[in-house]
Amino acid sequence: MLGALLLVACQAEQAGEESPRAPRLPQPVAVEFDDQGRPMEHVLAAEQVVMRGNGEEPQTLDPHLAEGVPSSNILRDLFEGLATTTPDGRVVAGAAAHWDISRDGLTYTFYLDPAGRWSNGDPVTAEDFVWSWRRVVNPATAAAYGRMLAPVVNAEAVFAGRLPPEELGVSALSPTTFQVRLDDPTPYFLGLLTHPTTFPVHRPSYEAHGSAHVRPGNLVSNGAYRLRDWQIRARVELERNPHFRAADEVIVERVVFYPFEDVNSEFNRFRAGDLHWTYQVPNGQFRWLQRNMEQALMISPWFGTYFFSFNLTREPFRDNLALRRALNLAVNRDILTERVSQFGEIPTFNLVPPGLPDYDPPEREYQTWTQQEREAEALRLYHQAGYSEDNPLTVELRYNTSENHRRIAVAMAAMWKDVLGVRTRMVNEEFRVFLQNRAQRRVTQVFRSGWIGDYRDAFTFLELFHSGHGRNDAGYDNPSFDRLLEQIAAERIPSRRRNLMAEAERILLDDQVVLPVFIYVSKRLVDPRLVGWQENIMDQHLTRHMFLLREQGEQQDGAPVVPPEAAESG
Amino acid sequence: MIGYSIKRLASAIPTLFLLITFAFFLIRIAPGGPFDSERALPPDIEANLAAKYHLDEPLPVQYLRYLWQIARLDLGPSYHYLDWTVNDLIAQGAPVSFTLGGLALLVALTIGIPIGAWAALRQNRPADYSIMGVAMIGLSIPNFVMAPLLILLFAITLGWLPAGGWEFSPARMVLPVVTLALPMIAYVARITRGSMIEVLRSSFIRTARAKGMPEKEILFNHALKPALLPVISYLGPAAAAILTGSVVVERIFTIPGIGSYFVQGALNRDYTLVMGVVILYGMLIILFNFLVDLIYAWLDPRIRYDEQGA
Repeated sequence: MLGALLLVACQAEQAGEESPRAPRLPQPVAVEFDDQGRPMEHVLAAEQVVMRGNGEEPQTLDPHLAEGVPSSNILRDLFEGLATTTPDGRVVAGAAAHWDISRDGLTYTFYLDPAGRWSNGDPVTAEDFVWSWRRVVNPATAAAYGRMLAPVVNAEAVFAGRLPPEELGVSALSPTTFQVRLDDPTPYFLGLLTHPTTFPVHRPSYEAHGSAHVRPGNLVSNGAYRLRDWQIRARVELERNPHFRAADEVIVERVVFYPFEDVNSEFNRFRAGDLHWTYQVPNGQFRWLQRNMEQALMISPWFGTYFFSFNLTREPFRDNLALRRALNLAVNRDILTERVSQFGEIPTFNLVPPGLPDYDPPEREYQTWTQQEREAEALRLYHQAGYSEDNPLTVELRYNTSENHRRIAVAMAAMWKDVLGVRTRMVNEEFRVFLQNRAQRRVTQVFRSGWIGDYRDAFTFLELFHSGHGRNDAGYDNPSFDRLLEQIAAERIPSRRRNLMAEAERILLDDQVVLPVFIYVSKRLVDPRLVGWQENIMDQHLTRHMFLLREQGEQQDGAPVVPPEAAESG
Repeated sequence: MIGYSIKRLASAIPTLFLLITFAFFLIRIAPGGPFDSERALPPDIEANLAAKYHLDEPLPVQYLRYLWQIARLDLGPSYHYLDWTVNDLIAQGAPVSFTLGGLALLVALTIGIPIGAWAALRQNRPADYSIMGVAMIGLSIPNFVMAPLLILLFAITLGWLPAGGWEFSPARMVLPVVTLALPMIAYVARITRGSMIEVLRSSFIRTARAKGMPEKEILFNHALKPALLPVISYLGPAAAAILTGSVVVERIFTIPGIGSYFVQGALNRDYTLVMGVVILYGMLIILFNFLVDLIYAWLDPRIRYDEQGA
């Protein structure tokens, strides 16, 4: 019996693998819009319920405590900050209808949309924002992402407990006018307002329920959706918030976020038709997906870089620029992305990902060379650093346990061996052990890093290498680089700021602090019926912009006219 | 009997105390902490977090604080799922795991015991060999292989059953219950067969046969009861394990039970959650071993827990 089961299962898999006919994805009707840009009634599916796979169980639905993508995805549907994003990721007016920025760039005055309502019907007021932002910086809240408000006057001192939260530079000039004062002009400040940490929390609910204010039945939110149900590790279900300021533009009635601990389970649920949107796709299935589910496979550049760092405080890399550069040049990024990671990742020599509107990444001369030229130069530098075939470098490459990281590390070690003759010892560690070792800098040599930008500005990458930054695990300590960062923070003129940032990245690359490998891509499967969303580098996709199209052959009441088999053969 | 029960249950307290103490210090040895992430927290915020959860106190103080908390049946806040307490998490997850595990246990016993007994009666004949052969395969296919195969076949290729997810519906429960039950059926069948063969050879069965007792009566009234003793002793710890959920089955079928808290909790350094599930598991082991001993006395007339001793 079991043998038969195995056999059938294998055959099923093979059939999928070799069959010219792809697994049947639902085919939508063509989308049509009316003059206001809304989809026409007759193309919409009768039931507007979107089911989204959402990675891990969200750690919290309290916007001020939240960190991590799964929480943020849900919170962006539940709440709305002063600004929000369009489907293509532009920052536009949200809870604030418009705003004024003072000439010195230090004072922002936000005029709240008078139609703004909490999900219980209360108006959203400037006082709500004042109270919420004070709560974020209050040490007792222990907001993990409280740093998002660091540009605000006195924020740092309140975090550290030196000033009371009331001293934060925010005030309510009127019930609908909210003013923020900043220490330095912060060109990316508006972008921060789409981060959950800056969202408002409904004060009366918090005061009535304490930390339980986020439970279903208690949670009052100001976004397009409100919380309907939350079963831990099973589902978070939201429904349309009828009080939302733009409620009549929201088409999707309900959205259900499903947590998945296992990527293959999510994939299976998508194949079985239980999900419209997945959080990720299984690694190593790229070829199969491309062949069989191309219509659903969505891959787009993300605002993150996969790189390795050198520990600059220990041998062999301390004061050894030639060696770091040799190892950097010997790595063939094209092979790593095309043969190893395989999901259309973009090979890179830079730290800051491309795609920023106001940033021109610096280009180093070796980026224009062929790989042979780089390898020749790598070998020359390797010898210059005092290593040779008879006296090879033995280096340790450390990464956190994961199949993908392992494959990248193995391939990189092989390249070092081929080109230079380096002997690499690979060490993999459980994630938190790895983080601790990285931070302590006592045992690491070369280690995996990676960073997804917190806000849409190059500074989110550059600041990591300030000598005092908590995640400067490379131990980079360059006073002129630190000074440059401080200059960037204080610079008001966009073109000068842009030049300073490019200069900072250039220094970082010339000092060979990191070994960039590729730009991350977001990858997911999306039901062809789900439209209204677009690719964007911050990978923010608000359900309020989406809608479900009717399936071809489906009547408006939802019943299929033709049985699926007949439709398929026809 | 009652006196024995009270004694047994009272002796559970020091056992649990030792378990709590060991687990508490053991998990703190692991490097890293609950609030570490790839995003470094600024030192101020890290200090604020530590203070909020009393992680800045010396370990012995934290230990005493924890004991005092447990004494009030409060398992504390989860360090990872910030909106919930460990009591909430277990209260939501345990019924799911209990339902799933209980059903799997039931299936395993109703199938495993009869086929094991039947194999014993057909010892060394084709029926015996084929049953034990299948059982061997069932035991040696791990559930992380079995579960995806079942999903591929029944959910994706045939489309008969859901691919996972949890709600109280028979269709959703079939595949996870089967996955959990298969190796148990095999195990129960093998144990039943072995002990049944032994019992059938013993002198009291020979006597019964010599007296001319009908074979059916011999089997059901005299042979089966003692033959079940090893099954029962296997069931004690096995039931505790299966009721507290299986990490693998929960992951693959996305079931919100408590099984994955043992692993996820440890990876997240969610100290209180790990402690919570460890205490629950410990209590279940103690409880089931106690029940096993009571059932022993009922099945085997030679065992009595009275004042004279066994």
